[in-house]
Amino acid sequence: MTTQKQGFLQSLWDFFCSLKLSISLLIGLALVSIIGTVIPQAPSIPEEYIRSLSQTKLQLYDKLGFFDMYHSWWFILLLYLLTVNLVACSIKRLPRVWKIVSEPNLIFDEGLERSLSLTRDLKLKGDTASLKDKLTGFLASEFAAPVVTEQNGEIHLFAQKTPWCRLGVYVVHLSIIIIFIGALIGSFFGYKAYVQIVEGSSVSAAQGRNNKMVDLGFAVKLEKFSVSFYNTGAPKEFKSILTVLENGQPVPGYINIPVVVNDPLTYKGFTFYQSSYGPASEGGTFYFTMRERKGGAQVRVAAHQGDMVQLPGGRTMRVVESTQDVSPVIPQLSGPAARVEVHTPGKQPESFIVFRNYPELDAERGGDLIFTYDGSDEKFYTGLQVAKDSAVPSWW
Amino acid sequence: MSSSLLFNITTLSYMVSMLLFFAFMASRNKGVGLAASGAAYAGWLIQTAAILLRWKESYDLGHGHAPLSNLYESVVFFAWTIILIYGIIEMKYKYRIVGAFVVPFALLGMAWAQLGLSSGIEPLVPALQSNWLLYHVITCFLGYAAFAVACGISIMYLIKERHESATGGDGQAGGVMATFPSVRVLDDLNYKAIMIGFPLLTLGIVTGAAWANYAWGTYWSWDPKETWSLIVWFIYAAFLHARITRGWVGRRAAFLSIIGFAATIFCYLGVNLFLSGLHSYGGK
Ligand code: HEM
Repeated sequence: MTTQKQGFLQSLWDFFCSLKLSISLLIGLALVSIIGTVIPQAPSIPEEYIRSLSQTKLQLYDKLGFFDMYHSWWFILLLYLLTVNLVACSIKRLPRVWKIVSEPNLIFDEGLERSLSLTRDLKLKGDTASLKDKLTGFLASEFAAPVVTEQNGEIHLFAQKTPWCRLGVYVVHLSIIIIFIGALIGSFFGYKAYVQIVEGSSVSAAQGRNNKMVDLGFAVKLEKFSVSFYNTGAPKEFKSILTVLENGQPVPGYINIPVVVNDPLTYKGFTFYQSSYGPASEGGTFYFTMRERKGGAQVRVAAHQGDMVQLPGGRTMRVVESTQDVSPVIPQLSGPAARVEVHTPGKQPESFIVFRNYPELDAERGGDLIFTYDGSDEKFYTGLQVAKDSAVPSWW
Repeated sequence: MSSSLLFNITTLSYMVSMLLFFAFMASRNKGVGLAASGAAYAGWLIQTAAILLRWKESYDLGHGHAPLSNLYESVVFFAWTIILIYGIIEMKYKYRIVGAFVVPFALLGMAWAQLGLSSGIEPLVPALQSNWLLYHVITCFLGYAAFAVACGISIMYLIKERHESATGGDGQAGGVMATFPSVRVLDDLNYKAIMIGFPLLTLGIVTGAAWANYAWGTYWSWDPKETWSLIVWFIYAAFLHARITRGWVGRRAAFLSIIGFAATIFCYLGVNLFLSGLHSYGGK
């Protein structure tokens, strides 16, 4: 019984010490990693992709964890196996390598010769003693001074350089173990979060994993957000101006701090990274100029997004949606645009788009009322990634 | 003098070098071999000057960034690193003929960049505005270049090995093959080149992760480029460990090295062309 158990443990140990296992794991990891670069990964899987899959495929991929492959149990298992393999091998081999380094084998016997691939036989003329001296001198000047051992009438010369380099491998392996363990722990206690702040407002909690809200213990206010472009049209800078507030009061040294991509803000262990932006959903006020087709004075209209606004003649209007740039939707046109809905008593509501850069365009629509869109004071939000730089896992 | 003129001269030098290498193989004339690597080094020096000049031109245009910011610039830099690593290996191990299978890679890169890619100096998009760009790109490309050299050596290995098994002799055959080092030497050079490339790729991945953490707050997000660099890393790690087990030297090692370089090229170009992600060099 005990021998059986020992036999099992021994073979388990041998299994984990084997280099074949490392090679298989490395090649296996290389192959399976491809899957996740071809199949979209959560959380950014496009709807169309899901719809394009057949039901069976969808279920199969889902079961196999292909939509979040790098966190699936089998992928993590492979990483664990690799780590155990690495640790076991290092434990097994390190003492031997240590011995080779500290007490090298000075005798070049048949066994050693067979284990080497680059060997060369040379026939030299001369007596042994002078050859020994010549070769010793040659090695010392060209490579490293050899250790000379005489045994059974044979003379062995042993020369080596930087023997400690052999241990470098173990330094590398140890760093990899540390990185892997860090990553595996990190995947359980990952503390990534996100905040969205509208210009002029502040937040004191971030949205963590699974939509759990996490209290920051202070507040961050977005003073202003701006985007600038090169004249080629490529974006140049996304900039959030942030102020940190404690109990509603600005913290000295943390007032009006610009945060751009590649330049985050850190306060009390939390770091805020510029990651996205967009128009605030609460919307701003939109300004229009309106006249009747049959003539009359121009009327200026200010409409807050979503609110119904009274127009002359008992009509009402509201702004349904808006954009800073319509070109993605209507490629021939560019610039800001707003979709408005006008209700005339006793008629069907009309819905249409007005464009700020094309003030004459609305006349061609043929309606009773002609609008121009004069712009808005719409606000932006900034999206910031939040990380906490402490290894305290209790955070979330 | 503009940098693009110098880049054209570079391309021409690599072309001349490649032709001289082929002549060297055919003639076995030492002088021709010397001229072949001489042309490669001359092209490399001119290219070095061209890269520095382009850097300066970017400052003159008011952009002021290292010439590593788009596909054109990265392909040019890749060609430069390939010749650099070839030079290091040639100086150290004295097997000039390896150039015949390495210089064509650099020539291919330069020709593609000069003929097929838009070479305008553009300003940096926000994601690349960081000094980390320099450390990350330089280490990655030096690693890639060493793998390119290893791939060239592996191709030589396969050719030489086939020739030997066909003639049954051990390299005493004349002709083109006589200029090739022995298969054992080629096998060893393959290993040496990968031993240069692997730590550099490792550094490239580490600097990339450090940059990602600095800029986005996460070391690793499994975006396709990151994942592919890890795939390449796994392959070469397998190569290095396969060598210390029996039976994985020689032909199988040569194949693994070629597969590794194919994965490297996919990581560098294929990911941008076929997959989407944060590393949109080239982009749309
Ligand atoms: C930066 C990456 C790595 C380098 C440069 C490296 C290098 C080496 C070298 C040169 C050896 C031979 C040591 C000897 O002969 O004593 C070795 C052994 C080994 N490596 Fe790695 N390795 C790396 C990563 C890994 C990884 C990721 C694994 C994952 C399992 C691994 C597993 C092993 C194993 C199991 C051995 C055999 C133990 C031994 O011979 O000491 N290595 N490694």
